[in-house]
Amino acid sequence: MKKVLLTLLALYLALCPLALAAAEEQVTLNVYNWGDYIDPDTLAVFEERTGIRINYELYETNEDMYTKLKKSKTSYDVIFPSDYMVERMIHEEMLLPLDYTAMPYTQNIDPRFLNASYDPTHAYSVPYTWGTMGILYNTTMVDEAPADWDALWDARYDKSILMLNSPRDTIGIALKRLGHSLNSINPTELEEAKQSLIAQSALVLAYVVDEGKDKMVSGEAALALVWSGDAQYCIERNPELAYVVPPEGSNLFFDAICVPTSSKHPAEAMRFIDFLCEADIAAQNYEYVGYAIPNSAAVELMGDAYAASAVSNPPDETLSRCEVFTNLGDDTRIYDRIWTEIITSIY
Amino acid sequence: MRAKAMLLPFLLWLALFILVPLGLVVYYGVTVEEPIPYEEIMRADGSVHYRLADGTLRESEPYETRTRFSLANVSRFFDPMYVKLMGRSFYVAFCTTLICLLLGYPVALILTGKGFRHRNLLLLLIILPMWMNFLLRTYAWLSLLENSGLVNHLLEAMGFAKQQFLYHENAVVLGMVYNFLPFMVLPLYTVMEKIDHSQLEAAADLGANPFQRFLRILLPFSLPGVLEGITMVFVPAVTTFVISQLMGGGKVPLIGDIIQQQFGKANDWHFGATMSLLVMVVVLAFMYALNRADTENAGKGEVRIW
Repeated sequence: MKKVLLTLLALYLALCPLALAAAEEQVTLNVYNWGDYIDPDTLAVFEERTGIRINYELYETNEDMYTKLKKSKTSYDVIFPSDYMVERMIHEEMLLPLDYTAMPYTQNIDPRFLNASYDPTHAYSVPYTWGTMGILYNTTMVDEAPADWDALWDARYDKSILMLNSPRDTIGIALKRLGHSLNSINPTELEEAKQSLIAQSALVLAYVVDEGKDKMVSGEAALALVWSGDAQYCIERNPELAYVVPPEGSNLFFDAICVPTSSKHPAEAMRFIDFLCEADIAAQNYEYVGYAIPNSAAVELMGDAYAASAVSNPPDETLSRCEVFTNLGDDTRIYDRIWTEIITSIY
Repeated sequence: MRAKAMLLPFLLWLALFILVPLGLVVYYGVTVEEPIPYEEIMRADGSVHYRLADGTLRESEPYETRTRFSLANVSRFFDPMYVKLMGRSFYVAFCTTLICLLLGYPVALILTGKGFRHRNLLLLLIILPMWMNFLLRTYAWLSLLENSGLVNHLLEAMGFAKQQFLYHENAVVLGMVYNFLPFMVLPLYTVMEKIDHSQLEAAADLGANPFQRFLRILLPFSLPGVLEGITMVFVPAVTTFVISQLMGGGKVPLIGDIIQQQFGKANDWHFGATMSLLVMVVVLAFMYALNRADTENAGKGEVRIW
């Protein structure tokens, strides 16, 4: 009996270093992402295929992610910041340059989406999803489909227009309607935009945040300024709704995949990014997430299922007039001030 | 000594969750964040680099910020726009408190009535909604009162024209009265329950009419409850932001909305903290005045308010 126990103990001791070695060999990638932003099944596929373990954590806003990266000791390997946050993190030297030779599937990315101002050469980021701002309208409540941004200033839809209670978005669209850049900090242009929004306020039913989606689904208003992701959500629930990006152009936004400088396994992180760019994986994630994707191979693979979505397919010409929000830094305050002036002018 | 030791967890709790956050708000409120100072230097070949205060050179524009003491945000607040906004918030909170008092007082009175049978049931009904998140209850008001809501469907079915109930000040006041009414009723009820009814009976025996009995006995004795109820309703009403956003459709911004905007959208925690502090100062002054009125009354031998 004693002998058996001793042998077992010896065996156990002999195995320990082996187990340790195995544990050391197995790399764990810390992936930090938005909620509902990846199909969990694809993570399992990656783990199975590569033997790399994934530790998956979630955040709710870019700012949360930024603060966590800046202030905490946790090292993350893959993150999904939005355009303006990519710009800021590049500026603050928080991102690693990517090695595209190690990521052959990045060839699948549509070149149309590879010249964004937040990272002009895409040295630090691979676009993951994209979206636009546009007009969501109720086809039974409008006389004709909105032709341009003026529809949101149309007196026929008095008290049937929803705008966003969000300074950058609403002022940005007012600028775009007037033919200016939505990143303008030119006082004359901003004043013009402000006056146009004050004039519009009499027609506006409400300045909404998240509750706007329910209002559009229930038919509370005829027209609303929305993000494409929300438009998709509403159209799925009320087929009378439709979405259009006005031809003057709009905001184009991206969420990109990046590797922070704190990463302990950059090579494996890039392998994961490459994996996400594979056509079938990107298609699977599109079906789960619902945001438009910049992956042309995946779009081709999905065929009509993707092409039928008006939300994900604004015309090329419109898209070329869309702009990405740049990080305005302290100038954000100018927008905050103007916005407060607009909403306090109502009463 | 033992008693002191038992207080320790409470004191720790107090320090950790009240004093530290308050200290942070004060810290943010009296400081500003600004870029670190640097100089732009043009090289002979036309390229630019940057020299920091300590002499180090940088190729790219420095992004670091520093925090320093400044009351700039206080003076930024004393702008007609923000002062008007604050006045508006106090006005809406005042209306809410007044309506809550007018509604809550008779309810509390009925509840403490001697012959009232279903007291516990009614109390439960008043408290019951508070067990549900107030956000959910406010969303419920939206589905009721929206232009495409339940009430308007009923009106239309009965042949009346649609009404717009939401998206103006009255809707915000309604939302607040609904949410804060229990905070008025409960303190009133607690105080009124303790009023000695034999005094009222004695007054009646001595020929006081109901109006005199109310004015001379009920009102003075219930005054502490009234003051407490006012505080409990007024303070949250001044600082709310969700109710005004949802019921007012963003068209009735209150000071709470603008503070929230600083934290959520403008990313200007310092200005947001300054505004919170200033609102706090005004609310404290208000509560101090109320308290004074209370103690002065209690100090007089005869309880009589006018």
